[in-house]
Amino acid sequence: MTDAVQIDTPAVPRVAGRPNLLLSILLRPLGLFSVLWLSIVVIVAVFAHQIAPYDPMQQNLLAIKQYPSAAHLLGTDAFGRDILSRLIVGSSGTILGVLQALSVAALLGISLGVVAGYFGRWVDRAIGVYVEIIMALPNIIILLVILTIFQRNMSIAMIAVGIIGSANTARIIRSATLGVRNELYIEAARITGLSDLAIIRRHIIPRILGPITVQLSIFAAISILIQTGISFLGLGVQPPFPSWGGMILEASVAINDFPWLLVPSGLTVAITILAFGLLGDSVRDSLAARWTHTSTPQKQRAGFRAGTTSQQAFDDSAALSVRGLTIVTRKDGVEKALVEDLNFDLAAGEILGIAGESGSGKTLSSLAVLGLLPAGVEVVSGQMRFSSKTYDLSNTRALRPLRGQQIAMIFQEPMAALDPCFTIGHHLVEVIRRHTPMSRAEARAKAIEALAEVQIADVETVMKKYPHQISGGMAQRVGIARALIPAPQVLLADEPTTALDVTVQAEILDLLRESQKKRKMSVVFVTHDWGVVADICDRAMVMYHGKALETASVEDIFARPSHAYTRALLAADPHAAPIGERLPTIQDMLKEGSR
Amino acid sequence: MIRLILKRIALSVPLVIVVTMLTFVLNNMAPGDMAATLLQGEGSNAQYEELRVKLGLDRPVLEQYGDWLGSAAQGDLGKSFFTGESVVSLLNQRFWVSFSLVIGALILCVSVGISLGLVSALRGGFIARAVDVVSVAALIFPSFWVAIVLMSVFSVWLRWLPAVGYTPLTENPRLWFLGLILPVISVALHSITTIAKQTRDSMGDTMNRDFIRSLRACGIPERAIIFKHALRNASLPVVTVIGLVTVSAISGTVFVERVFVLPGLGSLAVEAALNSDIALLQGVTVYFTLLIIAVNLIVDLSYGWLNPKARVE
Repeated sequence: MTDAVQIDTPAVPRVAGRPNLLLSILLRPLGLFSVLWLSIVVIVAVFAHQIAPYDPMQQNLLAIKQYPSAAHLLGTDAFGRDILSRLIVGSSGTILGVLQALSVAALLGISLGVVAGYFGRWVDRAIGVYVEIIMALPNIIILLVILTIFQRNMSIAMIAVGIIGSANTARIIRSATLGVRNELYIEAARITGLSDLAIIRRHIIPRILGPITVQLSIFAAISILIQTGISFLGLGVQPPFPSWGGMILEASVAINDFPWLLVPSGLTVAITILAFGLLGDSVRDSLAARWTHTSTPQKQRAGFRAGTTSQQAFDDSAALSVRGLTIVTRKDGVEKALVEDLNFDLAAGEILGIAGESGSGKTLSSLAVLGLLPAGVEVVSGQMRFSSKTYDLSNTRALRPLRGQQIAMIFQEPMAALDPCFTIGHHLVEVIRRHTPMSRAEARAKAIEALAEVQIADVETVMKKYPHQISGGMAQRVGIARALIPAPQVLLADEPTTALDVTVQAEILDLLRESQKKRKMSVVFVTHDWGVVADICDRAMVMYHGKALETASVEDIFARPSHAYTRALLAADPHAAPIGERLPTIQDMLKEGSR
Repeated sequence: MIRLILKRIALSVPLVIVVTMLTFVLNNMAPGDMAATLLQGEGSNAQYEELRVKLGLDRPVLEQYGDWLGSAAQGDLGKSFFTGESVVSLLNQRFWVSFSLVIGALILCVSVGISLGLVSALRGGFIARAVDVVSVAALIFPSFWVAIVLMSVFSVWLRWLPAVGYTPLTENPRLWFLGLILPVISVALHSITTIAKQTRDSMGDTMNRDFIRSLRACGIPERAIIFKHALRNASLPVVTVIGLVTVSAISGTVFVERVFVLPGLGSLAVEAALNSDIALLQGVTVYFTLLIIAVNLIVDLSYGWLNPKARVE
């Protein structure tokens, strides 16, 4: 047993103790506010009768409907009763109710949620049925029924609120438990023979403390709403005894001549609910801050924008020519260059391969040509010459007219590139009609032609299918058909065969080569596969860490690689590795090269 | 499609049985029965026994329940303990008020909520922050308190709108509409921000998906990408939220109808509770349960319509 503990303890992520958590909540202004307010409310609720300046039920018909004064800090109501005293005494019922509901929801919800998440199978399904039944009930009506049957017994009603709330709590705790349960250290603890109960108590519960507190504070806020609501309906605390909800009801009677009554009761309820909400947020943020370290974001963009632009002239004979392309990403205020001062030319009618490891910037460079970089990544400088016009690559809007019409693109994940909500036919018709206005029927006929051109059999059926109903190879054919519809001069192919089976890869490569020949297109072919480069490309550019290392004809690259990295990358090609030996890595090669 | 509906209905039958049985069993467990509650401590023992027999309380609880279920299946939910009227006809009288209220609230919160969500997803900035602030406000103030404040501002102070009461549509459409404005806003307020936030989040996620990029690469205009493709894909979680919001709007009628003195199902439920009219409450429970089941069914069906993958083949 002790062994088991020693084995699995180091793997458990450190969860600091409670005092630490409390401290970090108190250090947040909103956390401090919520803890302070809730403590005050609870203390006031416990010592209500001692604290209240007046008897909350003492009427004074000589001092009715008074605005705040020194004698009555919050004024008096329609019977001349002191509002502050009524709020103070009324808090006892609300706090008691919240505690009753909260403890039932916590006890039931956490145990059911953890058990369902941890044990899974039929236990999970049984608890799932419980959760579903409760969530499908008209909760308020059930409460009315319970209040009627139990003769307006508020405690029983709030316990029922707890049972109803346990369903949602269990649902959330279950998914939190599922997230933790499959982690390796839990498995390790189980293998070393720790009992399920001990694993749950020592390893699961501490890890899901965050979701538990957040959920329970939200539920506490909801129970206040319900408790006040019941009293407001006149089914809870009975007048003249004060309650927060009852005071809102009394205020509603007096709105014609004394609307002030709405303010103290409404604000007290709202602030208390807000405090519970903020408490949950602070706990979540404090726990999150412990798992991930966040730094304050600050702008540091000056670095790459000026100075680094290349002065090299465009190659006017090229179909497409890019100069000084620099792409950066900004994370936590720190700017990092992903592509730096990249130049390349795409000759008319050629297939240019861009080869490199993942993260070398090859895909980003091709996306930048059409202004399609993902959020958080942007071009800070770079110019493009295309069909005798110069484009600023950092101006995405100016690149829009080129998209599809003149420069088209196909992608690595052919399935994800299609909108799951629309049929294949719809995808094609949409693009056709976008570029040449025509009727739907005409566009459909063109779409069928386009699909036939990419060698899809049984076109009529495929047109009616949704993306999830076709294969990856088929999806890529659709992607190619869609890209080629407006007859673009340049096609950007971003690893179009990487996600496909080897045989399908070869077919797609053949298709691309044929289309390129027939249409005399220029193609940029991004890949990490040397076999593909050798197979389809005329020239290749090798990229490493956002820079172009060398650009040469495919024959030269393979026969006489001029850069050490290119040699290393070529040697790391798994196709060339001797069978039975460890596959070579770039690191091996670079080490060898430097020797 | 038909199978989905049938399956849902089949699943809802046990639910209705569980719910209604619960009220019977609880009723039997409670201290002092309905006859005693109705007599309110007055009346002789003989009167009490007579009332018990009249209400059928002298028989075993399962037998009582069986009887009730038998007639419920034929559309008879018994008679109100309090007024002696037929429960079904009481419910039917009150149905359309709540229906207008809930539908009005839905139209308001779906249209405003989705627009706000879209704008804050695509533009961010001021509207996104405003949505956050308003959603906190909507969350912390009880709906009935907001309703009273709205009433005191727009009806009592500005005198723009009628304060309380309900005018049937057939009697005076203008007054019907004016009278529903504040109740609808009170029910919808919280839901508007819930829908706005969900729309913002799921639009944010969807706009980062691959197919958006490839649509852009094909030259599809941004407007079509947002309103046709992204919105359709982002709508699935939003539909779920709309379902939840509808259920909470149905519950919200209990409070809001009370504030504005609307003769709907919600205020009927409160009246039944105040009068300890269990027979009527049981009827209300059945009605509300069926309404929630119907909402969930509609959500399921729209899922199938919106998402080809979810279609039953």
